[in-house]
Amino acid sequence: MNSLKTMKKSTRSNLVTYGIVIGFYVVMQLLVSGGMLSNSMQGMLVPICTYVVLAVSLNLTVGILGELSLGHAGFMSAGAFSGAVFWVIAGVNMPAPLGLALAMLIGGVVAGVFGFVIGIPVLRLRGDYLAIVTLAFGEIIKNVLNAIYLGWDSNGLHFSLSDSAALNLEEGGEVIINGAIGITGMKKASTFTAGIILVLLTLFVVLNLVNSRAGRAIMSIRDNRIAAEATGINVTKYKLMAFITSAFLAGMAGVLYALNMSALAARKFDYNTSILVLVFVVLGGIGNIRGSIIAAAVLYVLPEMLRGLNDYRMLIYAIILIVVMIFNQSPQVVAWRAQVWEKLSTIGFFQKLAKLKKQSKGEA
Amino acid sequence: MKKALSLVLAAAMAFSFAACGGSTSTAGTSAAGSSGTASTGAASAGTSTGSASGAAIKIGGIGPLTGGAAIYGNAVMNGAKLAVEEINAQGGLQFELNFQDDENDSEKALNAYNTLKDWGMQVLLGTVTTQPCLTIAPETASDNIFLLTPSASATEVIQEDNAFQVCFTDPNQGVASADYIADNGLATKIAIIYDSSDAYSSGIREKFVEEAAAKGLEIVADEAFTSDNKTDFSVQVQKAKSSGAELVFLPIYYSEANLIIQEMNRQGCTAQVFGCDGLDGLLTIDGADTSLFEGVMLLTPFAADAQDEKTQNFVAKYQEQFGDIPNQFAADAYDGVYAILAACEQAGVTADMDASTICDMLKGAMPQITLDGLTGDGMKWEATGEVNKAPRAVKIVNGAYSAM
Amino acid sequence: MEFLSYLINGISLGSVYAIIALGYTMVYGIAKMLNFAHGDVIMVGSYIVFIAVNQMGLPPLVAIVLSMAVCTVLGIVIERFAYKPLRGASSLAVLITAIGVSYLLQNLALLIWGADPKSFTSVVGIPPLHLAGGQLVISGETIVTIVVGAIIMAGLIFFVNNTKMGRAMLAVSEDKGAAQLMGINVNSTIAMTFAIGSALAAVAGVLLCSAYPTLQPTTGAMPGIKAFTAAVFGGIGSIPGAFVGGILLGIIEIMSKAYISTQLADAIVFAVLIIVLLVRPTGLMGKKISEKV
Repeated sequence: MNSLKTMKKSTRSNLVTYGIVIGFYVVMQLLVSGGMLSNSMQGMLVPICTYVVLAVSLNLTVGILGELSLGHAGFMSAGAFSGAVFWVIAGVNMPAPLGLALAMLIGGVVAGVFGFVIGIPVLRLRGDYLAIVTLAFGEIIKNVLNAIYLGWDSNGLHFSLSDSAALNLEEGGEVIINGAIGITGMKKASTFTAGIILVLLTLFVVLNLVNSRAGRAIMSIRDNRIAAEATGINVTKYKLMAFITSAFLAGMAGVLYALNMSALAARKFDYNTSILVLVFVVLGGIGNIRGSIIAAAVLYVLPEMLRGLNDYRMLIYAIILIVVMIFNQSPQVVAWRAQVWEKLSTIGFFQKLAKLKKQSKGEA
Repeated sequence: MKKALSLVLAAAMAFSFAACGGSTSTAGTSAAGSSGTASTGAASAGTSTGSASGAAIKIGGIGPLTGGAAIYGNAVMNGAKLAVEEINAQGGLQFELNFQDDENDSEKALNAYNTLKDWGMQVLLGTVTTQPCLTIAPETASDNIFLLTPSASATEVIQEDNAFQVCFTDPNQGVASADYIADNGLATKIAIIYDSSDAYSSGIREKFVEEAAAKGLEIVADEAFTSDNKTDFSVQVQKAKSSGAELVFLPIYYSEANLIIQEMNRQGCTAQVFGCDGLDGLLTIDGADTSLFEGVMLLTPFAADAQDEKTQNFVAKYQEQFGDIPNQFAADAYDGVYAILAACEQAGVTADMDASTICDMLKGAMPQITLDGLTGDGMKWEATGEVNKAPRAVKIVNGAYSAM
Repeated sequence: MEFLSYLINGISLGSVYAIIALGYTMVYGIAKMLNFAHGDVIMVGSYIVFIAVNQMGLPPLVAIVLSMAVCTVLGIVIERFAYKPLRGASSLAVLITAIGVSYLLQNLALLIWGADPKSFTSVVGIPPLHLAGGQLVISGETIVTIVVGAIIMAGLIFFVNNTKMGRAMLAVSEDKGAAQLMGINVNSTIAMTFAIGSALAAVAGVLLCSAYPTLQPTTGAMPGIKAFTAAVFGGIGSIPGAFVGGILLGIIEIMSKAYISTQLADAIVFAVLIIVLLVRPTGLMGKKISEKV
């Protein structure tokens, strides 16, 4: 307890974040083994991990680096497809955890390379122009992936942009990516445990980066680029560092996503998916890693919880999105909430809460 | 303030998990989904009768009810609902239908599938669209749940032995179309306009090209479009026109075909138009100038204005309940439910059996049944899951289908 | 001759983008927010015209005026309830809210009008123009769209530069605080911007659906994104930039379809956009941003 108090505030806060993830894992595992968890909930565990990783990695770009990106799904798809191709060709024959880990690594590296290639030109732009260019890149990746045909036979890989007949595969050759249909009939590999490990890894990378010298340099660029440059910080290098890390993690999340289902198509990775992840980041609090985790989990489950509403499901979801946004971000509402809080804290029970809150505010 | 929010969110999450974990089979049972159209309180009879008697076979349905493909999912849901109502009214085996939205997205389809499993689904009617079905079919195979898709037409969908189709497979249609064109001497120079981002369309096109080469037809233009870019067809039509094509083959759905035909009219392109079952629905588009569709030929198993009693009955009931004229998707779904009924009766399935037993019995029964449905007389199924029915070639004359 | 024909098709598509982009750029230039729901307001406007003409039997002109009125009200309501509470919050918060509004409108339309595509009857009564012995066809819709687009552009430039309200808008776009101190009612100015933007959306919707006659709840989404791209291409916030950007984008799209690949046309369009932005980071006609230290 004593050591907990003397610990650095950021370290303590980080431990809480790891604790939430591990606690979630333990509770879910207990529920599963007790047979208390519905199929629907069990099926959502891996996607939740995927979106948590995506949200945390996007928060690195949007919150820590301060650049709006609308093309996160592009990195996700680059990772998903490269990882899945590796998995279909080689990974299936390996022990599942090793195959999955290698596929993720490959997916991450490929996405990271994309991040590098895209980052160099793109990071020169600012604000909304950067946003539209990342959106454009995401759409380009999707559009090209939609047209790719990839086959595999004893001579190696065959590639075409027209149709599967143009691959000229030998007898016994196999079409891996079949254009818009994508990859079908994959063996599934992703598990909840793998997902949680990836989440922890992501947190480890991002939280350490944020609290490191490099992280402080990145945030200084966000807060004032010119001042940062003047103090001798290599702006391009640090921007790229954040951007590539973000892409790398998104690529790994893509592999987790891809190997959770037996089919993979490029159509999924359009700007709507990018925007969905951005919604998680903004609702969880820009720059707030823990917020991203919680928002991604809650908002992913929400539309599924609304299934009972039938036709009105997506309508209600949209309204909740708007209302939460206003409740959370509107200056007037925030002020009003503070007022209400003030009044409530005259009552005994709430006084205690307020005290706790004050403490935690001191930390942050 | 962020802390406060994360507190609230965390509480919400805890609540949602609790709700989720606790209510494994109660949540969304009555979610048979009412239609998005102006149905006057047409609460699904499947739900009410089924839950009342308590001994109904639970049929799950999955398809897009919202988003860009919502039209197909809603048609299937309505068609299936109608069939379930009729069957329940007859007495005998009772069905209960629960239709879930997948937004035409594999991931959402998987969630919908899991939700249906929690509900206690015994048979799956779905999914409606091909892409999600490629994800769901392997799941049903490993869970051993019987799958009958009304409209997902790729051959990959029925790879497993528990999966059956009501619609034709894509290669079948491609081959049949090329054969029909060649055998009847409709044209020798052919232009194709297809949706390369759609499994249905590119599947038909691939086989069509192969068969056309074998039959000596010449493909003079082969133009693609994508689902993101499907409003402007000026280039595709112009290429077809300048290539001197005598016939334009459209293995696509009718809403895009409507645009292509209008564009052809605008550019003065007089080639004939030939399509597959996706074109059914052209005549019922709200507000369309049907005079433009004169002479369009299509291979379709269903025609809403067919004169037989069964079709007329179906169309009248559908219009009364949902306010629209049914398309081929609705008819496929309607036939699908009756196929399940026939197979259940054949195998002696009762509502108290578990999904896996039912699946094994239906697998054996499907190849034995013969169904006179809306989409074909004497429909039979192969053990592979493929359906045998004769495609009918029809031509639009005076705003109605007429047999060719 | 083929090339000319493609060029005309490109201009035709581009003029539709241009007219949508004008609405985008108007709202962005003054309220400094990306209104992702703009495409969906267009969709609503088109449905109103469709209902008015096909079901109520109103003459097209009356239908368009009705649609403009409905969209104006819709724009003001959206601004009042979804965007105004967020004035002063981060621009990202407003962006996400706009996306929420976009989902809301699409799903409302789905509930009200159903998922079936409607075939929109063109409201343009002008016959197509045949040139070069019938080898070149310019449709009436193209002519009307270009003319209307040019009129709107000129009208907006005049309005912004020469009327009191317009100058107030300019002032608000430069500096909200200072504008307020000068006695400009910032709230009503921004509401006015949305009203105009939404009325333009109604016009754009009618022309979009006349040129490409299909109508679904998702009709506005992709043209909205493309038009947004066009607005950025031309320099977002610049009124002539939006017009030029739209036309150019349409031509590039059609040309890459015609000469490179119909499948990869979108990829090519976005690639050109990226290249242009790398060379001119604020678009073709965008204002240079000077940085304060």
